[in-house]
Amino acid sequence: MTPKEKLMGWRDVLIGAVAEEPGSASRYETGGWRSQRPVFDAQNCIKCGLCYVFCPDAAIEMTPEGFPSIRLAYCKGCGICARECFMSAFGLSCFKMVEEEEFR
Amino acid sequence: MAKRIGMEVSIAVAEAVRLANADVISAYPITPQTHIVEHLSELVANGDLDAEFLCVESEHTAMSACMGSSAAGARSFTATASQGLALMHEILFIASAMRLPIVMAVANRALSAPLSIWNDHSDVMASRDCGWIQYFVENGQEAFDHVLIAFRVAEDPQVLLPAIVNLDGFILTHMIEPHELLTQEEVDRFLPPYQPRYRLDPDRPLTMGDFAMPDIYTEIKKAQEEALRAARPMIDRGWREFADLTGRRYAAVEAYRAEDAEALLLTMGSMGETATVAVDRMRSAGMPVGLLKLRLWRPFPGDDLLRLIGPARKIVVLDRAISFGAAANPVAAEVSSLLYDREPRPRIFNAVVGLGGRDVRVKELEAVLENALREESRPGPVGRYELIGVRT
Repeated sequence: MTPKEKLMGWRDVLIGAVAEEPGSASRYETGGWRSQRPVFDAQNCIKCGLCYVFCPDAAIEMTPEGFPSIRLAYCKGCGICARECFMSAFGLSCFKMVEEEEFR
Repeated sequence: MAKRIGMEVSIAVAEAVRLANADVISAYPITPQTHIVEHLSELVANGDLDAEFLCVESEHTAMSACMGSSAAGARSFTATASQGLALMHEILFIASAMRLPIVMAVANRALSAPLSIWNDHSDVMASRDCGWIQYFVENGQEAFDHVLIAFRVAEDPQVLLPAIVNLDGFILTHMIEPHELLTQEEVDRFLPPYQPRYRLDPDRPLTMGDFAMPDIYTEIKKAQEEALRAARPMIDRGWREFADLTGRRYAAVEAYRAEDAEALLLTMGSMGETATVAVDRMRSAGMPVGLLKLRLWRPFPGDDLLRLIGPARKIVVLDRAISFGAAANPVAAEVSSLLYDREPRPRIFNAVVGLGGRDVRVKELEAVLENALREESRPGPVGRYELIGVRT
């Protein structure tokens, strides 16, 4: 868990744990759940955007050049991008799932 | 002194809700609570109470609708019993966690099976950890008074928690008793309009009942637990202000002839009056017994109990529900936990009585107290209790 804001203590919890600010959940970074990280290699990418469409957490953005860019703060490491990648049909998926341990 | 009026206790409870000027009543009829909401629906239909009466299709929805109306800032009331409370179970926890000051009368009734419409406390004991303030009343007057007190405390800006007023089904709900009602002017003085801290408002959106990750859930539960414990001074203040208004004094635990008692009986609800008779008779016969009546079940008044138990060496805890397979039944388990670290530790005798509407007799209470006086002050085996009057 790598939240941008300091986690609150129990005395700071608002009555009934209400969230006063609508949409504030987007500030809550959930990428800490991930045990595997998709690593992108542009070499085989045909810019089809399937990974962008299939990502269940909208954690993939498309760059102006048409390549996917993963927002690791929200990516849960499910591996759907690696599996659904068009090029995986030829065993050439643009994403390789790497154990998160290797980045620590 | 106000005029005494004879009326059914359920009607008196409904009249208290009318005087409290509730905004929303959402309820589903279930014996023995039905007369409460039946009378409220009449009051609303006749224009005597300006409120929304929601005839919902289940108790699950009754409580859910109360949550919605309370979250919108409306004073909300419901009543239920037994299976109805069980059907509400999951919503009870949400209402308290969201700090919605709903008031609910529970006409305590046995849980099925076998189907029984009569009184015991198995319904509320199955929901005892729901996070609500929980009162037990002894008679109709206390039931009427505690609806008003419950609203006053629940809506206190320093409390904001829902409250259950437990009244024994049939034994109280269907009894015609003398009641001293309050005037509208008196109630308005005691119970100011509800001022919610947070309110559902389309012009100022906020989220209630949010999702919480493991890194914040613990803090939210701690805040909730502290809120319920911190409600105690406000509960006492509610009783104090009510006494100033009416002269009727209430406390979390009421002691009766408990000073110098060797053995104390501990009761909740309408059993207290029967126990008073038993204690009087035994005192007349020179036996050192007394009575403690637990009016506040949550937050549990541990300090009050310790003070009032005083030097008594034996405590007979009456439970009106079985906690199947447990080390002790609900009230006895609570009192045992309280006393474990105490020196010298009084011996606890646990007896279960009055299940599914069986009469609680003075003689039975005398017998269980006499037995406690005879026995030595040493602990009994784990899980042992007496099921009073059970046939072998």
